[in-house]
Amino acid sequence: MRVKLQHVAHTRSGDKGNTSNISVIAYDPDLYPLLKEQLTAERFHRHYAGTVDGPVLRYEVDGLAALNFVAHGALGGGVSRSLCLDNYGKSLSAAILGFELEVPDTLRDKLRNYPAGA
Amino acid sequence: MATLSRNAEEADTLSKTIRIGAGSAWWGDRVEPAIVNAERGDLDYLCFETMAEATISAAQVRARRDPTFPGYDTYLDDRMRGVLPHCLRRGTKIVTNQGWINPDGAAQRIVHWLREFGAKGVKVAAVNGSLITDRVLSLTDTILENGKPTSTLAPSLVSAEVYLGAEPIAEALRNGAHIVVTGRVADPSIFMAPMMVEFGWDPLDHARLGAGNGLGHLIECGAQVTGGYFSDPGFKDVPDPWNLAFPIVEVESDGSAVVTKGAGTVGEVNLMTVKEQLLYEVHDPANYITPDVVVDFTTARLEQVGPDRVKVTHIGGKPRTPTLKVSIGCTEGFIGEDMFFYAGPGALRRAQLAKRILEERFKIVKLDAEEVRIDFLGLNAIHGAMSPKDQPEPYEIAVRVAARTRTKEEAIKVGREVDGMAVSGVGHTGKRVPHQDRTREIIGVWSSLVPRDRIVPSINYFES
Repeated sequence: MRVKLQHVAHTRSGDKGNTSNISVIAYDPDLYPLLKEQLTAERFHRHYAGTVDGPVLRYEVDGLAALNFVAHGALGGGVSRSLCLDNYGKSLSAAILGFELEVPDTLRDKLRNYPAGA
Repeated sequence: MATLSRNAEEADTLSKTIRIGAGSAWWGDRVEPAIVNAERGDLDYLCFETMAEATISAAQVRARRDPTFPGYDTYLDDRMRGVLPHCLRRGTKIVTNQGWINPDGAAQRIVHWLREFGAKGVKVAAVNGSLITDRVLSLTDTILENGKPTSTLAPSLVSAEVYLGAEPIAEALRNGAHIVVTGRVADPSIFMAPMMVEFGWDPLDHARLGAGNGLGHLIECGAQVTGGYFSDPGFKDVPDPWNLAFPIVEVESDGSAVVTKGAGTVGEVNLMTVKEQLLYEVHDPANYITPDVVVDFTTARLEQVGPDRVKVTHIGGKPRTPTLKVSIGCTEGFIGEDMFFYAGPGALRRAQLAKRILEERFKIVKLDAEEVRIDFLGLNAIHGAMSPKDQPEPYEIAVRVAARTRTKEEAIKVGREVDGMAVSGVGHTGKRVPHQDRTREIIGVWSSLVPRDRIVPSINYFES
């Protein structure tokens, strides 16, 4: 079944200069391999097309069942120069919650709040 | 003020646990959770982080225009009035970077409050040496962001400051300071310095410093690890998020620790809040560079050991780099910004026409801008081009227009043209009458590196 990332992982963004880091943390370690396999840096970048100039780097933190994406050129030149309303890019971590993943039915019980709002 | 730390009576210092609490995550943070931590946190140390990247350059700009601006945290009085009586009673020491561009002035102001509270003989240390505006161009070569020489920044330079580490803070504490106030210091270092002093960690012991800096990183953002910046209703719920506590970390001599919050306080410390904070503003999690050490978060082990208690062990460390980071603030022109509104049937169509009118007006008045944005709040103003194209039309929409310009005169044109829309624009335009300047000066922030051995902090001591 296809589900939104919202049900698989929680996320947070932080800013440094013109770069945003967006962490994607699996709700359950059993869901983490799906993230690793399907949420590649390339797909992440495509999801943010028009908003993140790139490049996008992906770091894997297996011990936390988390991926950390470092998105360059994401903040309109950086906090003080940016004309973006959200100049810190604090809301950027919400955008990836709409990314869709293929999840096997066997992992249905591991999903957060499924099927509410799915 | 007592000089004893919590378990100093124990002969074996290796077996003691120290409690360090957070007092702020930035300048604008709430004050009352710091007071709660001071009053009920049973703390050995209360530490304040009050700066964003551009805080110091903004302070420099303000100091040039406003001779009465003292150059330190404008909420220093609020914070110290609130926490000092409790810290004095408990013997809790304070480390804070509220000194901004005037650590000595901040220390003297703290002495004023100590005397107000009747505390005699309390030593306050001011750590200076982070401000290197006058010599940054001789100490640095290259701008990290674009590879150009730092000398190209000379005409627009406002301020430059080095991120100092924990060592000068630790030195001040060892010399008997009860309160240490600094200028620019790396955020985690403010929280780690007490660990170095209490456990006798060597500045080159990168294993322990990695752990200590990692713990500092976990609580430097205040409520972000106790349920702040976290709630997502239905997915991640936090009880009573209007009254969140600031975190406390209970540290052991080997750098293992429990992240928690005061007994009976509101919030949530769990594996999710700790993981989110652990990766917050981190790029390569195996190589998080600070002045003191390179932290490796990839080895960390987290375990929920009780309600609002997460045990953190095995954060790693690698030897510190031979350089320190410099933040260079420069004037870079102005931003003009304004907003107006539409509601009711056809709101979006009217907003789109308003956008077109403004675009044409900017040509007519020859707006000289480096970048212009006209966004529709409720549709695409936050996530920009990636916002879904097939949304239902919103009932209300705000048009927000912003331009980046070289001069203030050009930035003023943005607000002037929006004013004209009130009578010569689209039907049913809503508009607030502006009561404040709709332009602001941009302080651009650049980074560079300076050899560590060229920076020598100095410490001044004051006494109440």
